[in-house]
Amino acid sequence: MDIKREAMAGTLESSDICVTVQPAAEGIRIDLNSTVENYYGDSIRETIGAVLQELGVRNALVSAVDHGALDCTIRARVTTAVKRASREEPQK
Amino acid sequence: MRRTMLFLPSNNPNMICNGGLLGADSLIFDLEDAVAPDQKDAARELLKNALGSLNFGKCEIIVRINGLDTPYWEEDLEYILPLKPDMIMPPKVSGGDYIRTLDQKLTELEAKFGIPVGSTKILALLETAQGVENAYEIARASKRMMGLFLGAEDLSADLRCKRTKEGSEILYARGRLVCAARAAGIEVYDTPFTDVQDLDGLEKDAQFAKGLGFSGKACISPAHVDTVNRVFSPTPADIQYAKDVFAVIAEAKRLGKGAISLRGKMIDAPIVQRARLVLEAASEIEGVDYFAETV
Repeated sequence: MDIKREAMAGTLESSDICVTVQPAAEGIRIDLNSTVENYYGDSIRETIGAVLQELGVRNALVSAVDHGALDCTIRARVTTAVKRASREEPQK
Repeated sequence: MRRTMLFLPSNNPNMICNGGLLGADSLIFDLEDAVAPDQKDAARELLKNALGSLNFGKCEIIVRINGLDTPYWEEDLEYILPLKPDMIMPPKVSGGDYIRTLDQKLTELEAKFGIPVGSTKILALLETAQGVENAYEIARASKRMMGLFLGAEDLSADLRCKRTKEGSEILYARGRLVCAARAAGIEVYDTPFTDVQDLDGLEKDAQFAKGLGFSGKACISPAHVDTVNRVFSPTPADIQYAKDVFAVIAEAKRLGKGAISLRGKMIDAPIVQRARLVLEAASEIEGVDYFAETV
């Protein structure tokens, strides 16, 4: 899946993660800011990376602000952001 | 057993993830009014991932989809049906054709996803004057129909009347839905009480709905769950009376007596039926076989 434009999904509320996906020239870069970085930072990055791989995203810059999201929420928000970013036009 | 049906917004991870801990018998994950049009995709994705990975305990899972007059409902079902929710709640159901259209789509998707055809039930939300007037036709429109559900906020707008705590403006609709559902042999559930702070008002409203024949009531706040559960649960006195009914029946059989009375009143078929429902409900709620105690 090609990232064609910047798109976002999620919120800054508790138990959520706000994910922004942008086009990138080469490879995947994940910038994470999490309230639980010390305990789960690596796990969150791993989940984000796994979802990108499942969706066939090879080049993207992903910024995520996490407030204690569970794995299912992380997966959902990354998927939504990627699908939105792969559209030619923003969703009406 | 559906004493309480708690609405949860499908795009709110905090509420979704805690859904199984809030004490409700059923959870209604809302993809309709609680989700803005530009967030429908995010809500579907979140609900799909949550239903696929979280444990909601004994809670029944219901999904309120968007109305059949919107561009969203078919995609709602495509996302959600593979997760095998117990029921689908379509909003603003107006007549039998509405249910038959939904039934047809469910059949198509169940076949596509390898789900037993007919296993997804429908809880129809009636919240328009047309829906209320067509309640019996709606109740009998499909074998999937499990219950009717009254939505009083939209209904009072459609009726052009003010929604009050006393609820006199929805008395006709409440009675009509109970009668239509019972005539069709399905369940019927009452509209939520919308003042989150007023627990006394909630209790009165729930007692009134129970007295009309509703099986349970929706909640829009977790703070309402305990009160509604209590109102729609049999009281210790109800349970004792029901046990006594079966005890006197057993005693009369033993003695070969035809006519049976308890506390000065004749025990007839409707009393036995009510006693049976009380013990069934109590057994389910408390995990105790009250029928075994009556033998």
